[in-house]
Amino acid sequence: MKYVIIGNSAAGVGAVEGIRRVDPHGKITVLTSEPYHTYSRPLISYWLLGKTDEEKMKYRDDDFYTRHRVTLLSGTRAVRVNAEQRCVVTADGGTLSYDRLLLAAGSSALVPPFEGLDTVPEKFTFMSLDDARALGNAVGTGARVLIVGAGLIGLKCAEGLSGKASVVCVDLAPRVLSSILDDESAGMVQRHLEAQGISFELSQKVRSFSGRTALLESGKVIEFDLLVLAVGVRPNTELLQGIADIRRGIVIDSKCRTSHPDIYAAGDCTQSFDVSAGQSKVMALLPNAYMQGETAGIHMAGGDTEGIPALPMNAIGFFGLHILTAGSYIGETYTETDKKNYKKLFYSDNCLNGYILVGNVEKAGIYTALVRERTPLDTLDFALICQKPGLMAFTGEDRRKKLGGNLGEA
Amino acid sequence: MKRVYVNEKWCLGCHLCEYYCAFAGSNQKDMAIALKNVRINPGIRIEEHGGISFAVSCRHCREPLCVKACITGALTKNDGVITIDKRRCVNCYTCILICPYGAISPSAEGAVQKCELCIKSNTGRPSCVEGCPNGAIVFEERGAPT
Repeated sequence: MKYVIIGNSAAGVGAVEGIRRVDPHGKITVLTSEPYHTYSRPLISYWLLGKTDEEKMKYRDDDFYTRHRVTLLSGTRAVRVNAEQRCVVTADGGTLSYDRLLLAAGSSALVPPFEGLDTVPEKFTFMSLDDARALGNAVGTGARVLIVGAGLIGLKCAEGLSGKASVVCVDLAPRVLSSILDDESAGMVQRHLEAQGISFELSQKVRSFSGRTALLESGKVIEFDLLVLAVGVRPNTELLQGIADIRRGIVIDSKCRTSHPDIYAAGDCTQSFDVSAGQSKVMALLPNAYMQGETAGIHMAGGDTEGIPALPMNAIGFFGLHILTAGSYIGETYTETDKKNYKKLFYSDNCLNGYILVGNVEKAGIYTALVRERTPLDTLDFALICQKPGLMAFTGEDRRKKLGGNLGEA
Repeated sequence: MKRVYVNEKWCLGCHLCEYYCAFAGSNQKDMAIALKNVRINPGIRIEEHGGISFAVSCRHCREPLCVKACITGALTKNDGVITIDKRRCVNCYTCILICPYGAISPSAEGAVQKCELCIKSNTGRPSCVEGCPNGAIVFEERGAPT
């Protein structure tokens, strides 16, 4: 069996590990346009902060490819998939034939057509190690940085730059992290970031750029040295255009199969069923990418696994303030808040649908499991678990099942 | 693969397991000196409510969500034991987000911490098991949960 994997990040690595759980012998080739050993993309902001280095950013040990008997073709861009002939064409003109193909091509920064963007001398996106290096090299002490986008990427970039630069974030939304926080929790996070010297222009849009100035819709002019565009991301679906079903992302099922037999997809380039919302979504987050890749790999190699369904879920922190969120913000709410901590749970139809935790995030995974597993809330002490995530809220019998081990099983 | 199990009927809720765990990780000789005025971050934690108490520590799952979800590769499973490479951990808390047992927790060290079955402290049997005064915590072979 010949496997070709396009992508060398979490989903690609997950697929390698998944394939090798089932098939120790098949030939695995991993293609990546980047020249690097697999590295953890979310660590680029930690790299910018100086909290990690390129050695520690490696997502797997140095011997990963040899240990899993993988041919890594780094610096090799896949330009076309020929599904009839079952081969991938690379930018250098080579072809690689496959029996099973995985597209784990990730996502790219969305760059909207701002007026005057071409006149901005130093502009960056913040998705890859090369992006971080370019930004890190360009930013001098005291530099003024304008970041368009106060989402996950924009704010992690702001944190990464904060020690050196003065940072202003502009966002269309009325609050920071608008896709994962509500107004109150976003307010807490914003105040925390402002206390660290980051400033915000929210409910604001850039009308145009001219050199090193941005004109906002409000008429305000912001001068900057460096511009970072962190408006959003789009799934890299192009290689399967006309081959598999694509909506926002490449549509995959619970086994990570695309609509084309022999072709699987995983990670940021896909969309899949979100059990918390009851609909198919792009859930471009590293844990989902790894788990989808692993599931794809197991199935590509002829194995079987239920897989772990993807879920919107975020673990993010800024200057020591931690934020964990998961699921969908649907239904009735339970809220607890004080100056430093915020908790909101969302539930309906006997299920926990999602949550937001800021500050005290201990044992959050117990909530995440309730969301993912659609645990009927009437099987546990919901009032207790709202106050305190714990196994205590389950019945004694459920607790024994969870903690008692599988007697007699190897 | 031996793991730590708790019989909640025998658990007194004395929290000694938490102290033995923290002491085992302290690399010191005297427990009182090691833990006096220290806010401990043990890998085993007591839950208690309404007269019931029990200790929870890492299940070393067969399909460990924390290892799969770890963004840095700091969490790995070798020979059945899930351990954390504290040099690689960046405290992102993705493992706390995903562990269904609540068995991974923040620490003061700049990395999360969890039960590693005392394999790094080289005491043979986990310290919580050794220290439990009522025999409520055992170290035995039962098979891993999924």
